[in-house]
Amino acid sequence: MNLSPFTEEHDLLRKTIRDWVDSEIAPHVADWEEQGDFPDDVFRRAGELGFLGLAFPEAAGGQGGDYWSQVVFLEEVGRVSQPIAMVLSVQTDMATPPILEFGTEAQIDRWLNPALRGELIGAIGITEPDTGSDVASIRTHAERDGDEWVLNGAKMYITNGARADFITMVVRTGDIDEANPWGSISMFIVDTSLPGFSVSQKLEKAGMRLSDTALIYMDDVRLPADALLGVEGEGFKQIMWELQGERMGVSIFGVAGARAVLEAAVAYAREREAFGQPIGSFQAVSHRLAEMATELEAVQALVYECCDLWNRGIYATEEVAMAKLAVGQMTNRVVDTAVQTMGGAGLVEGEFVSREWLGMRIGRIGGGSDEVQRQILARIMGIA
Amino acid sequence: MSGFEPLFLEEHDAYRETVRRFVNNEINPHAEVWEERRDFPRELFQKAGSAGLFGAKFEEAWGGTGPDYAAEAVAIEELSRSMTFGTASDLGAHSQLAALYVDRFGHEDQKERYLRPSISGDLLGALAVTEPGAGSDVNGIRTRATRDGDNWLMSGSKVFITNGSWADYVVVAARTSDGPGHGNVTLFIVDTGSDGFEQRRMKLIAWHTSHTGELFFDAVRVPDANRLGDVGAGFASIMTNFQWERVMMSLSALALADLSLETAIQYAKDRSAFGQPVIKFQVWQHRFADLAVRLRTSKALAYKALRMHIASEQGDNVSRDQLVKFTSMAKLHSQRLAWDVADECVQVHGGAGALKEYPAQRFWRDARVGPIGGGTDDIMRNLIARSLGLAG
Repeated sequence: MNLSPFTEEHDLLRKTIRDWVDSEIAPHVADWEEQGDFPDDVFRRAGELGFLGLAFPEAAGGQGGDYWSQVVFLEEVGRVSQPIAMVLSVQTDMATPPILEFGTEAQIDRWLNPALRGELIGAIGITEPDTGSDVASIRTHAERDGDEWVLNGAKMYITNGARADFITMVVRTGDIDEANPWGSISMFIVDTSLPGFSVSQKLEKAGMRLSDTALIYMDDVRLPADALLGVEGEGFKQIMWELQGERMGVSIFGVAGARAVLEAAVAYAREREAFGQPIGSFQAVSHRLAEMATELEAVQALVYECCDLWNRGIYATEEVAMAKLAVGQMTNRVVDTAVQTMGGAGLVEGEFVSREWLGMRIGRIGGGSDEVQRQILARIMGIA
Repeated sequence: MSGFEPLFLEEHDAYRETVRRFVNNEINPHAEVWEERRDFPRELFQKAGSAGLFGAKFEEAWGGTGPDYAAEAVAIEELSRSMTFGTASDLGAHSQLAALYVDRFGHEDQKERYLRPSISGDLLGALAVTEPGAGSDVNGIRTRATRDGDNWLMSGSKVFITNGSWADYVVVAARTSDGPGHGNVTLFIVDTGSDGFEQRRMKLIAWHTSHTGELFFDAVRVPDANRLGDVGAGFASIMTNFQWERVMMSLSALALADLSLETAIQYAKDRSAFGQPVIKFQVWQHRFADLAVRLRTSKALAYKALRMHIASEQGDNVSRDQLVKFTSMAKLHSQRLAWDVADECVQVHGGAGALKEYPAQRFWRDARVGPIGGGTDDIMRNLIARSLGLAG
């Protein structure tokens, strides 16, 4: 009975990615976080090395690997920095998969290929200033005008939003029908260089500072007919599909981040002495860390079950919702326990654990808040 | 190949149906009466044996159908979903502890005399390690066996022994020397009809149908032919077997948790308050969703530990440290969870949660044993802390 889902090829891939992360990402993370920015070159390098399309078919410009290759990528990036994992995952698990799934060949050539090469940066546009979890209530709308669509509205909390070349966006293409509010939603690939598109504000956040999170406005942006992604009016269903991969992505790199944080806390507990002994030899400390390790392994086991289902092409909405919820809760508990274990050292700005403590809080909000995940689950369980 | 091999195959689904049928026909119709009487008929062991419920992990040579630990897991899950957890615990202790010890550490003659009739359900077994003065601390046991020619003379006492009050044989851990280290404990198979042996039933607040007992040994003569394994090897044997016991307890607790959650949700659908079914309130929907997530997460961990156990049984290279780490984690994670779920099941029942006529209070009482038996939560945390390189 095999205990690891990875093959030797995956192990080699992991080593290659780790080398890149350790040499080109990890040394800069603290600076980037302080500056609240990072170079676009990260995307280009990842693309050059073939890391942005690991599980995409070769025909679409990817590496043709299985989903476990993507797992390797997200884990290796996630272990050094949640925000870098987030910005890369927006590219690989959120903005681009809908183009492969719903796009035309022309759209794949125009947007997906260069995105997988790291030449174009993508973002996913769902949330608006007045609408987050309640996707069916979005107001950004596109009206047909001859062969074109005229896009108006605003999108909020858009990761990569300030630097994106395109945004895979959900937009209303008809009036809200109270009886069927999700019926008039469509998806578009929005070219951010078009007139009328503007980044209104790069938002200042408490954590994940290196990633750019933007408020963007669309004022009479004229989209060509081929900007429509998939089927008009099917956008809600399409974005629900996208959210599965998104939740998988954040779950995978979230667990990897929690593991790195826990390792840091355990190492600290073994080194740091108080009252004449390492603090890790006090049961109050060691048992708390044991609880966290247990929680982490349990959640990891569930996430891997989801990855296995995903890799077999099984669309496990229930398990994915569970994993997303469990990961957000677990990472927050683990990172807070790590801060507590490290005492003052856990609060020093610019250090790994304090940085992750600030950043991991988003895990319970973004990509479907805890409450939304519970609501989805309650519905699947037949109780809501 | 990347990914995971499936844990359960079609044949396991069929076996699950078999066990489920047994539970629905032979146990559940009587559960309330048995709970009320705090007893169940001994014949259930023979019925379970005939239905093949004890055989999955044992070789055909001894009347089993295995070894197949995935099938064993199925049997555990389904039996533990019965409406009387104490009965499932007795059936489990017989097969998962007593019979398994004989299989693991016994020689052919012992297997013929004790394992074969255990698998058929004709002979009833128990395992006795815990004592009044030593529970988690196995090395601290005082029941002593002293060599006397071809026999051993055993004196001492044991407590909290599942099946202890009605077992035909007991696998007993006894002290056979007093040196430093872990080589002082030896296992023996003791026939409960032996002179000087006494068994007494204990009254617990949980597991009402289980025959948990105290054992007393007053110079009980045990033939050396009934020594199970080498002299001094007992501690290591017990530690080895703990790994499976913890996987088994995890699966069992999760089945009980599953049953509690289903029962709670059903009650919330049936019961109305403030003009609508309780289930319509979002706090309950979300609480149930949270419990379902914890349950599913815990199950993923238990299945991981089960996979590791199966791999190690199949001779794959699984490090002992990894096995201890994950079985301990699975046990720690699942036992408290089962009780938490049962507690919410009581909560959603309101006043009815305290009534004997509803099973909620029973789930709640029965689940409380989990964080204590088979290595307490704190012992699990010690083991896990050690696996992290921290002193327990």
